[in-house]
Amino acid sequence: MMEKKVIPISGDEAVAYAAKQCKPDVVAAYPITPQTIIVERFSEYVANGEVDSEFVCVESEHSALSACIGASLTGARVFTATSSQGLALMHEMLYIASGLRCPIVMAIVNRALSAPINIHGDHSDIMGSRDSGWIDIFCENSQEAYDFTIQAFKLSEDHDILLPVSVNLDGFILSHSVEDIRVLSDEDVSKFLPPRIPYYTLDAEKPITIGALALPDYYFEIKRQQDEAYKRVLNKFKEISREFSNLFGRKYDVIDAFQMDDAKIALVGIGSTIGTAKYVAKQLRKKGKKVGVIGIRVYRPFPSKEIIKLLENIKALAILDRAVSHGALSAPLGLDIKALLYEYDLKIPAINFVYGLGGRDMAPKDIVNIFNQTMKIAKKKNIPHGIKYIGVREK
Amino acid sequence: MSIKTLKELPKEEFFASGHRMCAGCGPATCVRQTLIAAGRPVIMVSATGCVEVSTTIYPYTSWKIPWVHVAFENAAAVASGIEAALKKLSKDGKAKKYDVIAFAGDGGTFDIGLQALSGAIERGHDFLYICYDNEAYMNTGIQRSGATPHGAETTTSPAGSVIPGKKEYKKRLTDIIIAHDPAYAATASIAYWKDYMNKVIKGLDAKGPAFIHVFAPCPRGWRFPSNQTINIARLAVETRYFPLYEYENGKYTLSLDIPKPKPLEDFIKPQRRFRHLLEPKNKYMLEELKNDIERNWERIKKLCSL
Repeated sequence: MMEKKVIPISGDEAVAYAAKQCKPDVVAAYPITPQTIIVERFSEYVANGEVDSEFVCVESEHSALSACIGASLTGARVFTATSSQGLALMHEMLYIASGLRCPIVMAIVNRALSAPINIHGDHSDIMGSRDSGWIDIFCENSQEAYDFTIQAFKLSEDHDILLPVSVNLDGFILSHSVEDIRVLSDEDVSKFLPPRIPYYTLDAEKPITIGALALPDYYFEIKRQQDEAYKRVLNKFKEISREFSNLFGRKYDVIDAFQMDDAKIALVGIGSTIGTAKYVAKQLRKKGKKVGVIGIRVYRPFPSKEIIKLLENIKALAILDRAVSHGALSAPLGLDIKALLYEYDLKIPAINFVYGLGGRDMAPKDIVNIFNQTMKIAKKKNIPHGIKYIGVREK
Repeated sequence: MSIKTLKELPKEEFFASGHRMCAGCGPATCVRQTLIAAGRPVIMVSATGCVEVSTTIYPYTSWKIPWVHVAFENAAAVASGIEAALKKLSKDGKAKKYDVIAFAGDGGTFDIGLQALSGAIERGHDFLYICYDNEAYMNTGIQRSGATPHGAETTTSPAGSVIPGKKEYKKRLTDIIIAHDPAYAATASIAYWKDYMNKVIKGLDAKGPAFIHVFAPCPRGWRFPSNQTINIARLAVETRYFPLYEYENGKYTLSLDIPKPKPLEDFIKPQRRFRHLLEPKNKYMLEELKNDIERNWERIKKLCSL
């Protein structure tokens, strides 16, 4: 049965609402702007008896994820949320959560990192954690934030996967903007997502040791196995999304290809800017420009094959990053895409654009500018194009 | 329920022999006493430390109970999550409600784990936190911690020609914990096994957060013969160096009065970490240590008389 209910809520509220419908056994979280609304709403759900979760109001993000790990290993369905400095404080625990193969769903409301302190949206936080072994899903809008939160539990808890999942939504741009969200009924969510069946738990009837010391004779194999599980993620995401789509109609793939069928110039990026880019690409098509957009929904593991398929006939490429990797050849997504092109022996001229740090607006005119610059390099294959900054005052 | 004689000890052991702790390791004895006292399977969270690394070298384990290690500073936070999960899952009939013990050394408790512990106690989780105190970071090779006593030599508080050992004093950790008004708190020494085991039972039975600070000497780090561990643990109490007391229902109780303390030198002399304090030029430091011990004893006595 398809539910037609539409409610006007912010991105944070959409995540909290979805999390509530997923009936987590334990939620351990610490407030940080712009994630705060998620924990506030969830607290209200608990206080009003709308959800029967143990809400552990911890004293730090480090403890939030530590408690989530403990709860997950006990067999609970677990949810948390954070942003920016909070994610940085969790950093140590991110690797342990994935290394211990803990199903956990975490909403990350992406925000700039200090210093200077700034509460607004960019991807510095998650990009600093991209090697931690989590599945990182990015949302273009709050509808995706709602839908992916629900799908994330199913993905994370699947016995072929058993990895923590982050659902990323841009701070303020999504977290605090109100959209009409098509929500599912509680029954439909329960049907799609039955209670978690843990693979192993801390149980005295079958006592196991978790978190043992692995020295050079075993550590390598354990990490290798973890990477093997990672390889199953993209197909599992597609399988779960197909099931979601069959039930509720909204269809998602690991990437979002927009006007890519005959495109000559492509823009690849992540997060809410993809929405703006699609709008601009549509306008440019009206003027006869063959432009397309690739939005990356699952960023880790990286959907290499899905992206490269779309790039075969592309003449020039704009790679958009809302983060920097100080001192590196390119910003994070730039590094991924350039490595991908090399791997598949595709020499496409590409500019890595860095934009929107600390919540600086990315307007349609900026994206027009990006497309224009990219079109100009279509025939300049042998020139290094490096990084270009969009919307920054250089003087 | 309390244990009065050896014969009353539960027979089942949940800590297997063959672990790789040192001969004469105080914390190893402490683990054994803890699990015998519990007498039933518990879920244990170990913080990073000697006990953790020496008992779980993959693919081996010494634990016959569900056991987990996550990191150094967060044993209390992990225990919080486990306790919360058990609360919910047992309500739903999906899990049994086991007792949860967090087990951490002094570094993982006095220093890096203090925030997580404070938070967990404030939130009122029903668990027992045991701090085994061997007065330094032994796992990394004897570095000073907030639990290292005044004057003691460690690799980061060496007995130098200008600074003879640790300048600072031992943190009054148990008082910090008691300031949270937990369901139960106590100090203990592995030499007084009956006292310690009964405190473990009380801690597990308490409704809410319980804390035990247990003195567990380290022959390697304190530089004494490995057959002297229990003697040293006893002398610490007999010299008033480590007072044994409890906190329950808002009241302090002295577990063992020491009306005629043995000279502190009896405790200090067998340990090479204090050797330099016996040199005439460092006598002032020994006096400072003695004053601190006496001041602490009088303070505890006073609290216990309230």
